[in-house]
Amino acid sequence: MNASTSVPIIELRGITKHFRRKPTLAERILMATGRGKAPPVLRAVDGVDLSVARGEVLGLVGESGCGKSTLARIVTGILRPTQGEVVYEQRPVAGLRGKERLDFLLKVQMIFQDPYASLDPRMKVSRIVGEALSVHKLLPKAEIDGAVDQALSEVGLDLAYRERYPHQFSGGQRQRIGIARALAVKPDFLVCDEPVSALDVSIQAQVINLFMDVRARHGLTYLFVSHDLGLVRHISDRVAIMYLGRIVEIGAAASIFAEPAHPYSAALIAAIPSAKRRKRAFEPLKGELPSPLAPPPGCPFHPRCPQAMSVCREIRPALAEISPGRSAACHLHTAPEAA
Amino acid sequence: MTDPATDPLLEVRGLRTVFHALDGAWAAVEGVDLSIARGEVLGLVGESGSGKSVTGFSLVRLIDPPGEIVAGTISFAGEDLRTASEERLRSLRGDRIAMIFQDPLMTLNPVLSIGEQMSEAILEHRQCSRDEALKEAAKALSRVGISSPEARLKQFPHEFSGGMRQRVAIATAMLNAPDLIIADEPTTALDVTIQSQILFEVQKLARETGTAVLWITHDLAVVGELADRVAVMYAGRIVEIGPVDAVLDAPHHPYTLGLLHSSAANVMPGQRLNQIDGVAPRIDSRPSGCPFRPRCPRALPVCAEHDPAPTEDGARSFRCHNPVLVGEAA
Amino acid sequence: MSPEAKAFAVPAGADTPLRDKVLRRIRSRPTTRGAAVLLGIMVALAVLAPFITPQNPHDLAALSVMDNRLAPGEAGMNGMTYWLGTDSQGRDMLSAILYGLRTSLMVGLTATAGALFIGISAGLLAAQFGGGVDAVIMRVVDFMLGFPSILIALVLLASIGRGVDKVILAIILVQWAQYARLMRASALVERRKEYIEAALNFGLPTRHIMLAHLLPNSVGSVLVVASISIASAITLEATLSFLGVGVPVTQPSLGLLIANGFEFLLSGEYWIAVFPGIALVLLIVSLNLVGDRLRRSFNVRS
Repeated sequence: MNASTSVPIIELRGITKHFRRKPTLAERILMATGRGKAPPVLRAVDGVDLSVARGEVLGLVGESGCGKSTLARIVTGILRPTQGEVVYEQRPVAGLRGKERLDFLLKVQMIFQDPYASLDPRMKVSRIVGEALSVHKLLPKAEIDGAVDQALSEVGLDLAYRERYPHQFSGGQRQRIGIARALAVKPDFLVCDEPVSALDVSIQAQVINLFMDVRARHGLTYLFVSHDLGLVRHISDRVAIMYLGRIVEIGAAASIFAEPAHPYSAALIAAIPSAKRRKRAFEPLKGELPSPLAPPPGCPFHPRCPQAMSVCREIRPALAEISPGRSAACHLHTAPEAA
Repeated sequence: MTDPATDPLLEVRGLRTVFHALDGAWAAVEGVDLSIARGEVLGLVGESGSGKSVTGFSLVRLIDPPGEIVAGTISFAGEDLRTASEERLRSLRGDRIAMIFQDPLMTLNPVLSIGEQMSEAILEHRQCSRDEALKEAAKALSRVGISSPEARLKQFPHEFSGGMRQRVAIATAMLNAPDLIIADEPTTALDVTIQSQILFEVQKLARETGTAVLWITHDLAVVGELADRVAVMYAGRIVEIGPVDAVLDAPHHPYTLGLLHSSAANVMPGQRLNQIDGVAPRIDSRPSGCPFRPRCPRALPVCAEHDPAPTEDGARSFRCHNPVLVGEAA
Repeated sequence: MSPEAKAFAVPAGADTPLRDKVLRRIRSRPTTRGAAVLLGIMVALAVLAPFITPQNPHDLAALSVMDNRLAPGEAGMNGMTYWLGTDSQGRDMLSAILYGLRTSLMVGLTATAGALFIGISAGLLAAQFGGGVDAVIMRVVDFMLGFPSILIALVLLASIGRGVDKVILAIILVQWAQYARLMRASALVERRKEYIEAALNFGLPTRHIMLAHLLPNSVGSVLVVASISIASAITLEATLSFLGVGVPVTQPSLGLLIANGFEFLLSGEYWIAVFPGIALVLLIVSLNLVGDRLRRSFNVRS
């Protein structure tokens, strides 16, 4: 399901990421004697196909533990997938070496969630923003200061602050520093992992506006990861909804929010709090996210699904196109044939 | 400020809480007036550093040095909590007033099973057998939507997920049918579907048991769905308070209006959000006059000179020299 | 979170520079302040010893055997008053103590610096590379920490002989492992933070990430623990010297002075052992008080 019009800037093909806890000594002894079991595998991301077209904003939504942050780190090259391949501009990333790999890393930049942990506390702002430029010698020494200043003014930070340390800034300003750091290396593609969820309400709007300004100015492509559906609907062209390591629905933002095809999407959308809705009176979605260490058989959503059928308990629905540009992984849409 | 109910359960007047630092005492709460009636949910909204949590903690005197409550009266069911003895407060806190925190592990003991701590809480305030207390606890768990409560009672806090733990904390808080629950950002760390379950249950409980709730949050939308009345805090002051419908549909204070307008729901997708410029002042560098003035698009010269006093308007009250009038907002 | 922690989450009061924080902590406690002043005086005396002592205790020509074992305050044949008495060689105890302090401090500081260098490097490598590198380094660390330090040092010195350099080597061997373990633990915590992910995202070389990011951010707690361990390095040196396997007789440390005076203790000539003992105790106590305060202000568990 490529965005119909243009070439994908990044494509994920069958991406899977497993985390396995190292067995403890006792477990290793048990395993060696044939009595113990290996620790369970955590399937953080479980077979994701996704492509992002140049210039679009793809929103990636899901609850905590659904694998969206892991997926974001795979896209940026911080984590390597267990299986599957990441393709950047038609070239598999795993095959890139040296200069080519560096190019990919710099072109695909990440904005982190925690403005307190994402900046090195012992570096001054000028060093944080200019670090990649000077370490990789991307610019002559004399031009680095100017590039840092340009990046800082672009995100609306006073140049007088360039010799300060991160702890002297508020959360919103630190997030701006993080954005300046990414912009300094002239990326094409920003992966934003919950970039405003740690900020105060009145600051969130400022940072979101900055994201939109920066995108308009440089024609950037965004993968915007968030649990805040209201925000995602606002900023995204397309939206992908993740549940337990898989994409359960993907399509144009407007159509998903208007008419969600997957019951989980519908429940998420209904749960967005709204200042315009008073005194909630409906019964919310029951239950909690199952442990990704032991996902339920069949459709992973069936224990919580208000529309679960018997087929849902046995067969896991595949992500299938239900209308042009729109896919969902739900038996409700494949039911006539499958059931 | 007029109260909607004739008999407020909790009435706070002129509450002032300061924090002593090397360079002076800074007021985290600067003269707060509020009241809550029985069975009412009051949403207390503010950004970090606005003093909303300190207000909540001050109500039950859970303020440790360098913090100090320096002025005000806190009248709870006719009793002044500011002058009450420490023992009296302690017995009130477990019994008539319950607290729920953002991190439920603050109230749950990790080495005791859920059943042990819940029955303990009952036995401390009531004469009954252990079995009766356990039955009571199981009932409380099922009321907050936890299935097979008897089995759950035997488990320990670490065996529960975050959302489950918060539900256990809420069930524990509700055990002795308290008159007042003070909840400090209880759903902030939770996912929207879990938050939505908890909002649903708290609302049901307040309606069924007549418990009053002070719900402290940064999220106006949550307040809109949950509360009967809302108080908006900024820089240690309540800048606007009143019935939820009135305040959220036609805010008088520019800050309330700004918060509402900055929501993504207010503009077409893809357009710039209506942002409030600037940042909230730090506790030690609040501007003179109205503390919101430097960020306020409606500021007048008078705003720099006088901190506006509360203006009463029926059931509502706000502190602004140039309030937004009805019809003007849209 | 407590309400006051929340209230101060935004104001930058908690964000004062490290140096100011340390100085304020030290000044705020009278005991710590006293210990810091005492420590400063002792270090100054040790450094200036060659210029302020009445006698050069290492210069045998300057000693007069006739003046041996004089009690404190007695005057010698050359008219010089020995305020702390003399030892069996007629050596002025005050001068000997100041020179001994010098030796003890030099050995303690050099050994700690050496142990820190090795420990920090090993811990950093283990944390950064994990896997086999980590396993090998940490097994060696476990092995080293499994033996009593005095035993390792005794065995080593017994086989390579005494000497200032050899004592330093022995102390380094005994102490590096604790720094390695601590460094690894704190570097592992830092490595999980997002700024390290950001560095990976920029394709920064591993060496750069280790030296420019990981090292400065995780070394703090190790240095604080080292400030306390200087005292145990000095104690270890004193013990080894007392047992006769430490520094050579030509360059006596406080421990060796105590050992020399030990045989006269029961015959009433207490000053030869007791005064170096007092100097050692004062040095160790003041080092511990200052170090402990540092540790508590940084909340480091050793």
